[in-house]
Amino acid sequence: MLDLIQKMLGREANGSKQIAKDRLRLVLVHDRVNVSPQFMEFLKEDMIKVISNYMEINEREMEVNLTQTNSSVALVASIPVNRMKRGAVPAE
Amino acid sequence: MGEVIVITSGKGGVGKTTTTANLGTGFALIGKKVVLVDADIGLRNLDVVMGLENRIVYDLVDVTEGNCRLKQALIRDKRYETLYLLPAAQTRDKNAVNPEQMKQLCRELSEDFDYVLIDCPAGIEQGFKNAIAGADRAVIVTTPEVSAVRDADRIIGLLEAEGKHNPKLIVNRIRPSMVKRGDMMDIDDIIDILAVDLLGIIPEDEYIVISTNRGEPAVVNPASAASTAYKNIVRRLNGENVPLIKFDANNGIVSKLKRFFGFGEG
Repeated sequence: MLDLIQKMLGREANGSKQIAKDRLRLVLVHDRVNVSPQFMEFLKEDMIKVISNYMEINEREMEVNLTQTNSSVALVASIPVNRMKRGAVPAE
Repeated sequence: MGEVIVITSGKGGVGKTTTTANLGTGFALIGKKVVLVDADIGLRNLDVVMGLENRIVYDLVDVTEGNCRLKQALIRDKRYETLYLLPAAQTRDKNAVNPEQMKQLCRELSEDFDYVLIDCPAGIEQGFKNAIAGADRAVIVTTPEVSAVRDADRIIGLLEAEGKHNPKLIVNRIRPSMVKRGDMMDIDDIIDILAVDLLGIIPEDEYIVISTNRGEPAVVNPASAASTAYKNIVRRLNGENVPLIKFDANNGIVSKLKRFFGFGEG
């Protein structure tokens, strides 16, 4: 209800500042660790190779990013799985 | 010995030169002897913002190359007894000076002045390295935009790498009404992201454009909203404890009266 009133008054509860903050945080994590987009691309390709031994994944929807958690940097991957490969054996 | 302060930002167009001009004039208003050094060689601008462009004879490169004595190149602002400008060279480039020469220059100036303010060029190349070389402390100017804050973060890292620790942040061109409706990052957001100390907040102020047109820094005009904010920053740099006052989207009669009497926030 409050949201509706705020919208009617032209005030969105969540203005574009949240988008700015989120984008800034993400870009700064990458800036601060000083890795190139190419580096992240190589990492992504290697991850695809390994994971593909076990499951069929949607490579186009896959996202691999660094993020900041409190005091440390974390690698966060979102990898949509299409199908598991039964009876997969670890490569070497 | 005076203190050498570099005003830097990384990104261009966030208000480094305007900030340098206003803080410098602000120091002169409280009776401090201050010199503004335009380190933006090849793109000099501090002279026009200060309204001193017609008085230039020698410049910074003339001093470092020994074409004139330091005192000959300093322009005294006739409006304020204790305010001086050392202009940049316009027809040379950033490589005309080196960090060692800038250190020497800052050392000499700090013997004669209470404050030496260096207006740093945009970017992170040679001009930036020259500008910060002789500084005792750094002030970073940013605006509440993703691009400016990102560059400020990079500058903080580079300053750290050069041994310039604990830079202080000025957030320029805040628009309280946009912050209030959630369409502009607020001070807490920016401080939280950059993890530096806040030195002051300057509200967006049309008078800045007018004062730059005229070549008279806005800080001398009590009707300017930015004026009080600059004065507060000057006092903080001078070691006084001036509380930060948060902005509100104030269009009310009380705030207008306050502003009229020179009690604006910042």
